[in-house]
Amino acid sequence: MAGPAASGSAGTGYRSITGPLLLPTWVMIGIFLLLPVLLMTVYSFLTREFRGGVDWTFSLAAYDRFLLNRGLFGDEPPVLEWTYITIFWRSIWQAGLATLICLIVGFPTAWFIATRPAHSRALWLFMITVPYWVNLLIRTVSLRFLLRDQGPLNDALIGAGLLDSPLQIINTNLAVQLGLFYSYLPFMVLPVYAAVERYNFALSEAAADLYASRWTTLREIVLPVVRPGIIAGCILVFVPSLGAFLAPDLLGGAKTYMIGSLIEEQFKGSQGNWPFGAAVSVILMTLVLIVLMIYARAQGRAGAH
Amino acid sequence: MHKILTSVALLALTAGMAAAEGKLSIYNWFEYIPQEMLDKFAAEYDVEVTMDTFDSNEAMLAALKAGKMGQYDLAVPTDYMVAIMAGEGLLDTFSHDEIPNFGNIDPKWIDVPFDPGRKHSIPYQWGTTSFSVNRDVYTGDIDTLAILFDPPPELSGKINVLDSQGEVLALASLYLGIPQCSQDREQLKALNAMLQKAKPHWASFGSDTAKDVLVSGDAAAGMIFNGFSAKARAEGANVEYAYPREGFVAWMDNAVLLKDAPNRANALKFMNFLLQPENAAALTNYAAYTSAVIGVEPFLQDAIKNSPENNPPVSAPQGTFVGVCDEATQTLYDAIWTNLKK
Repeated sequence: MAGPAASGSAGTGYRSITGPLLLPTWVMIGIFLLLPVLLMTVYSFLTREFRGGVDWTFSLAAYDRFLLNRGLFGDEPPVLEWTYITIFWRSIWQAGLATLICLIVGFPTAWFIATRPAHSRALWLFMITVPYWVNLLIRTVSLRFLLRDQGPLNDALIGAGLLDSPLQIINTNLAVQLGLFYSYLPFMVLPVYAAVERYNFALSEAAADLYASRWTTLREIVLPVVRPGIIAGCILVFVPSLGAFLAPDLLGGAKTYMIGSLIEEQFKGSQGNWPFGAAVSVILMTLVLIVLMIYARAQGRAGAH
Repeated sequence: MHKILTSVALLALTAGMAAAEGKLSIYNWFEYIPQEMLDKFAAEYDVEVTMDTFDSNEAMLAALKAGKMGQYDLAVPTDYMVAIMAGEGLLDTFSHDEIPNFGNIDPKWIDVPFDPGRKHSIPYQWGTTSFSVNRDVYTGDIDTLAILFDPPPELSGKINVLDSQGEVLALASLYLGIPQCSQDREQLKALNAMLQKAKPHWASFGSDTAKDVLVSGDAAAGMIFNGFSAKARAEGANVEYAYPREGFVAWMDNAVLLKDAPNRANALKFMNFLLQPENAAALTNYAAYTSAVIGVEPFLQDAIKNSPENNPPVSAPQGTFVGVCDEATQTLYDAIWTNLKK
């Protein structure tokens, strides 16, 4: 008897203090999310001040520079500027490939861990995360040492008689891929593991009883169930890879701009261009938002099924 | 750096307890002054010394412009940055008789392009930027900038270039024999085309890693500062630093008097202190570059005094400072740099 009455009064009580209770959350979101994004958007529409900083007058120069090419001296008829589109395309391609490699390696790893006896799973997960207690910069520099022409990897391959001369890995795209893959692998393994762990293996047995092949079981039963984990893992790898600049700089030789290093240069150098850096950031963020919206819609559809 | 900060904090504490006469606040590069020198100055003049450090001219300028003016008395910018800071109105002027040791400065370093007549600054250390070649890989003539921009087959694909627009474009201009901050279309097009042709020969862009790649053998040749190359040699790399005949970049770090310095008199005392040969030599022994003060030789360590990196051959030309272009011209050079790295 007390039950409904109590819960009813608690409901109205909660509602009346919901606003104040959510206040810290709104303050956090306001100060650390909305305000910076707003500032960045505003800055992208301001006039560049020489040697860093902005002049508070409205200008579309940053977006103009991103989209239109008027020649080295700025007096040719404007044509579409491919420079920055190419940089974006290169970064997206790179991040996409890193995501794919992480998925190919991460899914079986997660599956393996989830199918171990319950008491040993924690240990496997622990082993996956241990290397990531070390700072990303140090891990990337260490990878540089391992991959270099006179490094342990090449020494081992030559020592084993597999190669005559060192394999050129450092300062190539392959090295960047390895760096991104190694940096973000746990971001794939952990969400996929969480999804696989919840999977009811009796479903696989049922499928086998109904003469489904292993491949059909994987495609029709397992993948739809663990899909949210896979999508979450892909987003967690793809988004940071898109803005990465440590791996391209340290492993790729910094010969070509990635989105991250292009933005960095706009704020760091004495010749920097803050509005342009802000504009590139806004464009990048818009792209990421589009990816997340596609994900949200896919989730919505999956939920409707 | 942490060690320096801690010791500065300790120093500040002890100096505070001794009820120092006055204060002095310095903004310097990281690892660019031995702690003993700060202690010595603090003891000699009964001044409480504090120091903050920065790792690039641009970071220092940004910090000062963002509200740290009036907090420091003295900063240590590189040549071109002295001109920029003076242009932005961040520097105070002094007359030469306010610094009794001013006469100790080597006369050739007084009428410098970035501070004609030395109204804001005194020399701190100077050095050069060109390149070093691993002599195990290439034994030919390295007396030319073609090693970087049109390299022999032995070095092609094994070259590291500083990730620094000013220095790369300055060396490239010297190689082509065109002036810096040129607005001539043909010259700029030639510069752009030459760099595009040179890039396939380069393995990497890197500044912090410039020494490391030479020592490890990742690069067989690399653009580098002379003191940095000396350290690569000390770490066992068989590298030779070149003073190419087309020219090379010279740079000088300078102690400048900041506008609105809270302790102007102590800043001038410290500048005077830096110009005493014994102290200037201590600085050089620590930083491994070159002093611009006359009479430091007796106090210098032999390894630093006699290093080939610090002693250009008599046939070497004069070094060239990186130019400070106006906004319109700089935009063109920015475009060439973006073009190179896109």
